[in-house]
Amino acid sequence: MAVSPENQDKGELSLTVNGRLRSVQVHPMARLLDVLRHELHLTGAKEGCGEGECGSCSVLVNGELVNSCLVPVLQVEGARITTIEGLAEGPELSALQKAFLECGGAQCGICTPGMILSASHLLTKNPNPSMDDIREGLAGNLCRCTGYMQILEAVARASCRGPGA
Amino acid sequence: MRCDPADYHLIAPGKLEAVVSLLANEPGQWLPIAGGTDVMVQFAAGRLASRKLVSIWNLPEMQGVETLPDEIRIGAGSTYSELRGQVVIASEFPLLTSAARWTGGIANQNRGTLGGNIVNASPAADSLPVLLAYEAELVLVSLRGKRRVPYLGFHTGYKTMLLERDELVQTICLRRGFSGYVHYARKVGARNAQAISKVCMAALGRLRGGVIEDVRIALGSVAPVPLRLTELERVLQGKPVEPKLVAQAREMAAAAIEPIDDIRSTAKYRSAVASNLVGEFLEQLRDKGNAA
Repeated sequence: MAVSPENQDKGELSLTVNGRLRSVQVHPMARLLDVLRHELHLTGAKEGCGEGECGSCSVLVNGELVNSCLVPVLQVEGARITTIEGLAEGPELSALQKAFLECGGAQCGICTPGMILSASHLLTKNPNPSMDDIREGLAGNLCRCTGYMQILEAVARASCRGPGA
Repeated sequence: MRCDPADYHLIAPGKLEAVVSLLANEPGQWLPIAGGTDVMVQFAAGRLASRKLVSIWNLPEMQGVETLPDEIRIGAGSTYSELRGQVVIASEFPLLTSAARWTGGIANQNRGTLGGNIVNASPAADSLPVLLAYEAELVLVSLRGKRRVPYLGFHTGYKTMLLERDELVQTICLRRGFSGYVHYARKVGARNAQAISKVCMAALGRLRGGVIEDVRIALGSVAPVPLRLTELERVLQGKPVEPKLVAQAREMAAAAIEPIDDIRSTAKYRSAVASNLVGEFLEQLRDKGNAA
């Protein structure tokens, strides 16, 4: 992206979002969260705290979990981004999404996309997590409805169903 | 969000030389941004004074951990997740592994960097007492060249440090050879996950012939800077760990710190906890310190 220091104009930048190459006209300091929501109309990632405490804006960048509210978009130029919209295969929900439904892991739904992305990241790195591993993997995601137990149970259930969760 | 990204410049030159040239040519004008876990919080809150930012995220010259016979060299751009995954750190510098695990949740550990934590200079950062305990040295780089400085004394006051305006922290060096030591790390916060410390402590020690041969004690969140208790260490040196000495150490620790009341805790509580942690460490040193 060619942006001179004297120039505050938007620049063109490409990134692969949920497997699809996308090109956006953005300010380099725009937050990845805002680019996803406002430019690409992917509103699954939510803004909770806006300061990296609540995890509701969690997405994957090249497979790594990040808080998209803390990522200037220039730093993810050319990267692969996965949001909650990218987990289901057509109408078929992912194993984690199904487990969240079955276990009552979602209530108001604000934290759910972030919870599921954190859980997906955890299960990719550690397919057979202990309950402590699950708690640690989701420790950066706050929920004010469920009391967490249903969420932890959903992740454990998805992990029992093997890879691809 | 209380700011407009249109008001800010961000560039990513991609090479260290280009970044230090920029810092040299326009000193004080450009704010380096690595993983953004501190800078982007200030940005979104509308409190980021600097309008020009230069990305140092993923700069190859600031990545990776190099293991040499006598020391390890940690690229300042290493994230906490990367530090947690390093076997040499887990086996020889376990206090750093603990601090990395305690710093934020996984998403922040994937972006927060050790160099970033040093220059952000929060007195509550969990990794900084660890660097004091291991007597880290920092390699600072600028267009003028490199210089190596001890981390002890790097912070001169609240968020002030011995870093020139054209310099970056490039590498953190830790001398090897702590295998015979008792390693102690403890974080006291409101909850286990994501909490910023009310008090944190990192300490190392070794006994020989029943007396303390070497000891380092460092505390966070109890003063404007991460604090090493050198006076106390001198008093402990060469003595057996006896109840009277522990009592004296607890008093000296409380006297050495300058805790404050803030949103996370009170000066009184911090003082009591700091004393307790020093006492707990010395008891562990007494019980385990002769094993090596």
